[in-house]
Amino acid sequence: MAAARALVLTLVITLAVVLQVALFPYVSLGGVVPNLALLVVVAAALVRGPEFAAVIGFLAGLAIDLAPPADHIAGRWALALVVVGYLAGRVRHDARTSALAAVVTVAASSFVGTSVFALSGMVLGDPTVPVGETLSVIPTAVLYDVLLTPFVLPLMMRLLRRLEPHQVAY
Amino acid sequence: MAMRDRHKRPSRGVLALLLLASFTIITLDARGGEDSPVEPVRSAAGEVFGPVEKVTATVVRPFQAVPELFTTTRALRGEVDRLEAENATLRGELATSEVDRARADELDGLLRSSADTGHALVPSRVIAHGPAQSFTRTVTIDAGTSSGVRPDMTVLNNDGLVGRVVRADRSTATVLLIIDRDSVVGGRLGSNMEVGFLRGRGGIEEQGRLDLDLVDGAVTPEAGDVLVTWGSEGGKPYVAGVPVGTVTSIFSSPRELSKRAVIEPFADFSALDLVGVVVPADTRGDRAVIRAGDPGTAGEER
Repeated sequence: MAAARALVLTLVITLAVVLQVALFPYVSLGGVVPNLALLVVVAAALVRGPEFAAVIGFLAGLAIDLAPPADHIAGRWALALVVVGYLAGRVRHDARTSALAAVVTVAASSFVGTSVFALSGMVLGDPTVPVGETLSVIPTAVLYDVLLTPFVLPLMMRLLRRLEPHQVAY
Repeated sequence: MAMRDRHKRPSRGVLALLLLASFTIITLDARGGEDSPVEPVRSAAGEVFGPVEKVTATVVRPFQAVPELFTTTRALRGEVDRLEAENATLRGELATSEVDRARADELDGLLRSSADTGHALVPSRVIAHGPAQSFTRTVTIDAGTSSGVRPDMTVLNNDGLVGRVVRADRSTATVLLIIDRDSVVGGRLGSNMEVGFLRGRGGIEEQGRLDLDLVDGAVTPEAGDVLVTWGSEGGKPYVAGVPVGTVTSIFSSPRELSKRAVIEPFADFSALDLVGVVVPADTRGDRAVIRAGDPGTAGEER
């Protein structure tokens, strides 16, 4: 059963990462695509809490870092999504009850995730991106993630609840 | 389970461990450069994700026609008026045939550019794009080492230079676009043969413009001047004579010794589809290589 759960989670993360690079570029806003992996991590945080979400965030981030056509220093998205998973998990008891709180959580997570990634790039100089461009990309990323939340988040949360071991969702 | 308890504070151990793991990977990859220990993992991930991306790209390709349908509507207004009485099925057929025709035109263009430049090309499709959130401009193409694609090969399409291969897996390859900030291409102005360095600006809102720093500060490029590649030693990573773009404006400041020209690339980087990878003429792979004329002479620089 544990193996089946791991398999489903692997498939979900793979699907999110692949759709992000292969499907969404056709409907991108100035090159910015919705971060599906981040939505999966937030859903994991809201259903299962910070530890589980941080692990999922690490795995999903690593998948983004390594799947082609990624060419940045590996580990940067992993770091960003670990932070996102942990922070989103800390607020889950407020966020899992109301839709508005969930949307705010996604917006905050998207802001934190994209910012951490951009900051790590600035620290490493990989590449040196002007602050102006960073500031224009982050709001678009947040907006797009929020736009996709009603379609992805409930679905992901339902799936993750069904994968929860030995416990009825409350 | 402990983590189910809503009053328990989450353990910091897991977080610390994962953060440490992330920092370790970042350090290993940043320090290692070309032969970083992450590189084998990356190519293994490429072997796994590449085919999945390929399948996904094939599945979603028909939906690519949707935005194209909207853009061509204006141009085809007359035809659309005539077809207004036709049913939705017929209109859908029209849309897909339009895409096929555009694709056939692109292939024709690729054949022509092979004949023009005298290079042998491996045709391939763009199957994935790097997101702008990652601040790098890279794409995945569906040809890899099994088709003879290797790192440091020139990638072009029927409009002009696209980029170079940075990593090749068995069935896919990653291409660094010339508009990426890390990309530097040697360029030569068509009118006076002056050389310069072309840098990507990675910009999103600037329609992917490029900056050209001329080596000779006394030379003033003119707007409308065409820029071609200068060519590297042995054609790696860039072969000579591939059209890149046109000069749109020129900047000079007393602070800088050389003049800077803004180049508008010929290739449309937001709508990349069919591209060609310049390969040696004797390449044997699992897909046909477009050769110009005699295979014995093709692939060599003119």
